[in-house]
Amino acid sequence: MTALLSLQRISKRFRGLVAVDGVGFEVRQGEIFAVIGPNGAGKTTLFNMIAGALKPDQGSIIFDGRPIHGLSPDVVCRRGIARTFQLVRPFPALSVEDNVVVGALLRRHGVGEARQRAQALLRRFDLFDRRHRPASALTLPDRKRLEVVRALATEPKLLLLDEVVAGLRPTEVDRLVAVLRELNRDSGLTILMIEHVMRAVMALAARVLVLDHGTAIAEGTPDDVVRDPAVVQSYLGAEAV
Amino acid sequence: MSAISLARVAGGASRRIFVLLALLLAVLLAAPWIANDYLLTVLIVILYSAFTGQAWNIMMGFAGQLSLGHALYAGLGAYVSAVLFVDFGIGPWIGFLAAVPVAAAAGAIIGFLAFRFGVAGVYFAILTIAFAEFARIGFDHIAAVDASAGLFLPVRQVAHNDLWHLRGDPTMFYYVILAATVAAFILCRLLLESRIGYFWRAIREDEEAARAAGVATFRYKMVAVMISAGLTSFAGVFYAFFYNNLFPEQVFNIGRSIEMILGPVIGGIGTLFGPILGAFVLTGLAESLNAAMAAFGLDMPGAKQVFYGVCLLVVIVALPQGVWPPLARRLGLAKDKP
Repeated sequence: MTALLSLQRISKRFRGLVAVDGVGFEVRQGEIFAVIGPNGAGKTTLFNMIAGALKPDQGSIIFDGRPIHGLSPDVVCRRGIARTFQLVRPFPALSVEDNVVVGALLRRHGVGEARQRAQALLRRFDLFDRRHRPASALTLPDRKRLEVVRALATEPKLLLLDEVVAGLRPTEVDRLVAVLRELNRDSGLTILMIEHVMRAVMALAARVLVLDHGTAIAEGTPDDVVRDPAVVQSYLGAEAV
Repeated sequence: MSAISLARVAGGASRRIFVLLALLLAVLLAAPWIANDYLLTVLIVILYSAFTGQAWNIMMGFAGQLSLGHALYAGLGAYVSAVLFVDFGIGPWIGFLAAVPVAAAAGAIIGFLAFRFGVAGVYFAILTIAFAEFARIGFDHIAAVDASAGLFLPVRQVAHNDLWHLRGDPTMFYYVILAATVAAFILCRLLLESRIGYFWRAIREDEEAARAAGVATFRYKMVAVMISAGLTSFAGVFYAFFYNNLFPEQVFNIGRSIEMILGPVIGGIGTLFGPILGAFVLTGLAESLNAAMAAFGLDMPGAKQVFYGVCLLVVIVALPQGVWPPLARRLGLAKDKP
């Protein structure tokens, strides 16, 4: 398997604070890769640099063989990376369906065609019957799914999920996990996720990177990582083992 | 099953809208035979306001960019066409073709400065005011357009209406502005339901999320400003040939910009019917007030402005989305279900 995304010694400072410090890793084509770590570890900063929302101070990000660091978010999205936001950001006054149509229009010029694509995705994520409601009227779990659907509508090669199951009930977590695994298996979608909910990480990720204070402290399979003493110390806590 | 019934409801709503529109258009087409000169002039003012409101709505209602300086684009349209007519004998339709790129370029300059350097929200609005003010003060000192003394179009009596040179009676002007309003409505509808309309609304709702979904926000905001500005310039051309005199102090006045946004605000920002409904409600009521006061022998300058203020206040408090959205629901014309 080749690397779809490769980060080389990425750093980002905010004034004096080093948010991300020389982090490097590779996400292989077709795998599900998770980044975990305590609050303030630099996970979202890392994400924002990959998605183009922030420019790294140092280092390079190679996606699909081409550097993408410093490109604007819309260009990064057109290259094939779609993201969700930790605090969900649907277009509130637009209908659920129109939210997804916006994403689908990235690679389709006809609105009708984009609508068909949107409806197929909404069916798959159990949002079809709510498609005419304004996005602002959805519950948080539904809005989280809508965020994923809108990102998927842009037909990404790599999907960035920022704490997409946080705040969901365990049954909802399992449902979303199942759909994501299905997408990964059926269409070979590569997924890079930031996640706090270990239940989802353990169920989905092939490999995990652990961040703490902006540096990578461990990398490996989920089973290896949760046994790593440094990880237990900094993040999971003794009772998690 | 439910999909079929939904489709029928939606079909019913659009059929009702179509019937309503056809009725309204029939009444407006017949108006010159029924209305006296005064009423016809009021209707011209209403349609003018409906037209400019629609043009402004493309920027604010569709793409979420608040312009408080749209008088600039109308003013440029007025001056470009008037100068071409007075100094070179070129008719208003050719003048309009020249005015569109000038107004669109002005919009592009403002848009570029704002969007390139992250000037957004109220600061963007202030920038639009500033440019309209530059134009007002600038044109006041341009000798070629007779500066503050004003530019006058030659008025000649014509035996019959000359549509090509826009010389004629109010009935002709009425049909011209009616046609322009209908054309603007069709254009707005096409834009709103096209790819670009979806991107605009995404930008309006959440620009960062739009960009994350791959929308090239800079480009589509630029397109919105340029279309809106170009469309508004026609209102200026009409103004010049209808009133036959142009004073920078008047055409570029911030009051003109504010008047343009009142209709859509009252009717419903971002909706297709809002600007038109708002124009009828606002100008219709204001003129009724005028007529009523005249009947009672009252003469209060500024009463119209006070009345506009009261209307705005009532709408903002009672109907923050404007008059159209609740009215559409009441009439069963709303397409989206709650």
